[in-house]
Amino acid sequence: MKENGRCITKLENMGFRVGQGLIERFTKDTARFKDELDIMKFICKDFWTTVFKKQIDNLRTNHQGIYVLQDNKFRLLTQMSAGKQYLEHASKYLAFTCGLIRGGLSNLGIKSIVTAEVSSMPAYPDTGLHPKTPRSQPELKPRVRCSTNCATQVLR
Amino acid sequence: MGTMLRLRHNKDLFVLTYGALVAQLCKDYEKDEDVNKYLDKMGYGIGTRLVEDFLARSCVRRCHSYSEITDIIAQVAFKMYLGITPSVTCNNSSRTEFSLILDKNPLVEFVEELPAGRSSLCYCNLLCGIIRGALEMVHLAADVTFLQDRLKGDRVTEIGITFLRKLDEKKYRRKK
Repeated sequence: MKENGRCITKLENMGFRVGQGLIERFTKDTARFKDELDIMKFICKDFWTTVFKKQIDNLRTNHQGIYVLQDNKFRLLTQMSAGKQYLEHASKYLAFTCGLIRGGLSNLGIKSIVTAEVSSMPAYPDTGLHPKTPRSQPELKPRVRCSTNCATQVLR
Repeated sequence: MGTMLRLRHNKDLFVLTYGALVAQLCKDYEKDEDVNKYLDKMGYGIGTRLVEDFLARSCVRRCHSYSEITDIIAQVAFKMYLGITPSVTCNNSSRTEFSLILDKNPLVEFVEELPAGRSSLCYCNLLCGIIRGALEMVHLAADVTFLQDRLKGDRVTEIGITFLRKLDEKKYRRKK
């Protein structure tokens, strides 16, 4: 259990480093961000598209520093069975991604806490689903919750 | 223009992630030999799976010599996954030892120099493991190591592949 925790921390830290470096490369070419929401939209569109080849499906905010990013078909988990057995491993795939976001925001001057949760669909009986079946695959819907606890921003 | 930028950033993600991986391993292991060993081990795991993807996407023909195989690694596999084409040299008369000379290497794009105290680090050792694992899945045993490394001050970066067992034609099957 402890080993898992250490592993998650390391993955999150790796993601953080990569996120910082990536945002630096990114924002050489983009214009200044107007505000925090603008930054979050950038994360949801350009950033997410570069990393996962799709945009975030849904962004919600309470306009007080909490943002919930919803990806209905999170690419790192689509190859995993939707049953409960792999959920504990799913957190490792999410940890890197959370770090990525946290690192990206950090280099844009936003301190944040990024957590992720996965809501799984009910497990389908094993029918050997393959891409040609019309029935859609069960989906994991990770929601990345970003709460900014320090809204100082450095606009570039 | 947007797509070009996205592709470049995608490559950056890959290169940066590799760097973060090596950095983390350096934090975890004090000795360069250990970091090198784990990079090789991880690469091996990747290679055993990557070979299936490679064979499915490349439709290579059956090979009849180690020389052909090494050419395919350099001209097809490296091209497909890293976008570079190392040149190949043969190092012995029995044609079992080869070298891949890497002129460019995208993995080291952001590496200025090896960290202090890490002079024996084989930064790209993952690649050796990948080649070794991939070859093993097609029933070929090989030793794969870095013979020269620009990051260590050598003139070129050179990966040495030594095939260990005589190629048995019956055993080598192309996976469909």
